[in-house]
Amino acid sequence: MGDEQSYRSYIPHTDEEIKTMLDEIGVSSIDELFELATGKKGTAILKLDRGMNEWEILKKFEKLADENMDFHFGAIFMGGGIYNHFIPSALLEIANRGEFLTAYTPYQPEISQGTLQALFEYQTMICELTGMEVSNSSMYDGASALAEAVLMGYRLNQKKKVIISKTVHPEYRDVVKTYSQGLGIRIREINYDEGSGMVNFNELFESMDDETSSVVLQYPNFFGVLEDIERIGKKVKEKGNVILIVVSNPIALSILEPPGSFGADIVVGEGQPLGNTPNFGGPGFGFFATREKFLRKMPGRLIGETVDTSGNTGYVMTFQTREQHIRREKATSNICSNHAHNAVMAAIYLSLLGSDGLRKVAENSVINAHYLLERIENAGYNRKFDSPFFNEFAVECHNLDKLNRELLKNRILGPLDLGKFYPELRGVGLFCATELTRSDDIEALIEVMKGMK
Amino acid sequence: MGRVRTVFEKSVDGRRGSSVPSSGFPKRDLDEMIPKKFIRSTPLNLPKLSEPEVVRHYTNLSRMNYSIDVGFYPLGSCTMKYNPKMNEIISRFEGFTFIHPYQPEESVQGALRIMYELQEKLKKITGMDHFTLQPSAGAHGEFTGMLIIKKYHEDRGDFKRKKVLIPDSAHGTNPASSAMCGFEVVELKSGKDGRVDLAELKSKLNDEVAALMLTNPNTLGLYEKEIEKIADLVHDAGALLYYDGANLNAILGRIKPGDMGFDVVHLNLHKTFSTPHGMGGPGAGPVGVKEKLRDFLPVPIVDFKNGRFYLNYDLPKSIGRVRSFHGNFIVMVKALAYVDFMGEEGLKKVAELSVLNANYMRKKISEFLKIPYNDFCMHEFVASGEELKKYGVKTIDLAKRLMDYGFHPPTIYFPLIVHEAIMIEPTETETKETLDNFIEALKKIVEEAKSDPNLLKNAPTKTPVGRLDEVRAVRKPKLRWRGDDK
Ligand SMILES: Cc1ncc(COP(=O)(O)O)c(C=O)c1O
Repeated sequence: MGDEQSYRSYIPHTDEEIKTMLDEIGVSSIDELFELATGKKGTAILKLDRGMNEWEILKKFEKLADENMDFHFGAIFMGGGIYNHFIPSALLEIANRGEFLTAYTPYQPEISQGTLQALFEYQTMICELTGMEVSNSSMYDGASALAEAVLMGYRLNQKKKVIISKTVHPEYRDVVKTYSQGLGIRIREINYDEGSGMVNFNELFESMDDETSSVVLQYPNFFGVLEDIERIGKKVKEKGNVILIVVSNPIALSILEPPGSFGADIVVGEGQPLGNTPNFGGPGFGFFATREKFLRKMPGRLIGETVDTSGNTGYVMTFQTREQHIRREKATSNICSNHAHNAVMAAIYLSLLGSDGLRKVAENSVINAHYLLERIENAGYNRKFDSPFFNEFAVECHNLDKLNRELLKNRILGPLDLGKFYPELRGVGLFCATELTRSDDIEALIEVMKGMK
Repeated sequence: MGRVRTVFEKSVDGRRGSSVPSSGFPKRDLDEMIPKKFIRSTPLNLPKLSEPEVVRHYTNLSRMNYSIDVGFYPLGSCTMKYNPKMNEIISRFEGFTFIHPYQPEESVQGALRIMYELQEKLKKITGMDHFTLQPSAGAHGEFTGMLIIKKYHEDRGDFKRKKVLIPDSAHGTNPASSAMCGFEVVELKSGKDGRVDLAELKSKLNDEVAALMLTNPNTLGLYEKEIEKIADLVHDAGALLYYDGANLNAILGRIKPGDMGFDVVHLNLHKTFSTPHGMGGPGAGPVGVKEKLRDFLPVPIVDFKNGRFYLNYDLPKSIGRVRSFHGNFIVMVKALAYVDFMGEEGLKKVAELSVLNANYMRKKISEFLKIPYNDFCMHEFVASGEELKKYGVKTIDLAKRLMDYGFHPPTIYFPLIVHEAIMIEPTETETKETLDNFIEALKKIVEEAKSDPNLLKNAPTKTPVGRLDEVRAVRKPKLRWRGDDK
């Protein structure tokens, strides 16, 4: 069983060195040193196992990985916030360089220009995609980015009512509720229209009042449907002093008119589709973009361009007076560590794909999703909502549990059960396609679905 | 090294660096599927480069970074220890990277087992009763933990407790996280020895206080020797005790926060548990609580019943979710691999050798730099550049000069209670030789400060860029690349 002292790979001290160092400090043992520093004798007992050697670790985790059904090259029709897009090899090779992976936050810009420039480029790309003027250099995930956007809305207009469509990702709404508790922000959820799967316009418009701080929509929404944010944006702007927050999918934005064009004040979302593997849901990253006039109220780290003492271009973390390490309880957010590495992966991804490549990913996802829907409808199933969609759509599936179990037996990851989040939609499956959806996978799916009719 | 042009400046129309898969279905025009009004008319300017150009661009950028793989990174409070390569290999197994958070539980038993095992092991390490792995970083854990505390008091019908006590030496995230929970922050002045002043604490404790937030050892690297007394005072006043686990490395395996009397702890897997910082993240900030707080944890937590791991949403008093999905799973994989590799003995050695390294450095550095609270320290200590001021040199100059000697500077100007603070945390993974080299360089720089202060004031000179104009960055904000200014 194992190597007695595997840990010595990472802890280099020889006995002689320890002795020399103790002598220098003027104590006789490490125990004595602890006693002097803590005023306590002895050590706790944890009842943990003995350390394993590296081979044993690799073996253990290989086995654990095998206990999961991975869908790399497999058939997957599940989305709902995490998407299976192709990840170029070059991206993984570069991103995993130790110079990116093992650097800290770029507090010392002179020796962090790689991080800073990569994140500056990332911010530019997010502005391009969202149609906004400034982007921070990442948040934890799409949900916390949205919650922070809601809090920023409150900072901007000091109003405490937030209107949020039920077509926004249910877990994002949960996180907004959690973040709102402390500050007494009230959440008003707006129903969706049962026919279109869009937010119920009338209910939304009627609920807007003088107390309203922000209106939150998702585009494409959780059902995959394209919300008419142009129409809603106009109404919100008419109201004045209400912040329009849009959650979006960055891949979709390569072919969809960006929320910035419809008057969005803050655009957030989950960045995972941009070059990050699904990772069981984390880490991906949150993106956060807004208008320049709101710059000083936004959360998160910002990278800016400047010059050095000789006039050379360089990059620094900037507008830090917004942040917790300077402003403490008055900071715009408590965020410190973010998801910089995942954001840099997104920048590398977008550099490899370019505008045309990204558009192609989006287009192929749309084409595949529409073809998938056709095949499902031909198999005798009905679509739930009748609006235009991006790469996800809802289908009434009768016994969805059984279907999904049957699919899993065939190593097919079936649709997400909307009943998980919407009791009234039990049995309605949310299907997803990306550029990686293959026709033989679709046929295998249809085969099982037909058998279930 | 000259400036690397931005990736946008290198873009050439017609180039591409990736082949996009297509399933070969008949091509359809977009506007057949998506109404015209939704289709993007706003131009999209993303860079167009071939794969080798992208590889060179980012490789060249990476070479302008300092990192642990390159050298010593004694950034106080950040625990920049070596990040095992084994963890990186494991975390890229497809059984971990290509699994979906909404997959049926029976198809992700391995992933749930990892989370469960990590929870169980963190309980043993910290002496806490329950854990959530959902928070994504230390600050996120603080927010989670403080919200749990708020809910706990409210659940008891106690709505008066609106204040949180936080020492003036605390990290900025502590007051910021408390404020996000709606608490009013009351600052505790540190005592003469840099530790909690019991008289000050007593004078601020009352029935309006929800919690005291501490880190032990504190940000000066000093152990709160009266922690049990502090815990009693806090609990007697009806408040709870919060542990900022940023400094757990100092006591890992030897002392458990749960035994000290803490009710809530957050850990930083990206510090103590060796997962890489990735230029600022992703990390993970698991939160552990004592039994009486279990019901308030974020949902879901990972549980085990009838031979199977599952996500338990049945916590009616939960504060709710703090993020989507299940947290930073890949970071958890790395942390568990680390704990398994180190074992109980190895984890104890982490604390022991990190404390040895810090005290060795403290002793030697105290011979030429002021150390305001020069007591036996834990895993880090704080020196001061105050005495160099008379030569016209500030701590920041000393920090910049260290770069010319090939080192990453320590954390500076934190904690706020030490003037011209220089906060040094060597970690256990560094050799005596590395420490000696750093100490030697620092000593030389202190001499330079006296003999030729311009060497410091003009530093760094051996880095890709010189000192950057931060004022200009604010005055003339340029937060994204634009074609028109080239
Ligand atoms: C003492 C202390 N507390 C809290 C934090 C915040 O942790 P994170 O950056 O993971 O949010 C830090 C990070 O530097 C810290 O040093």
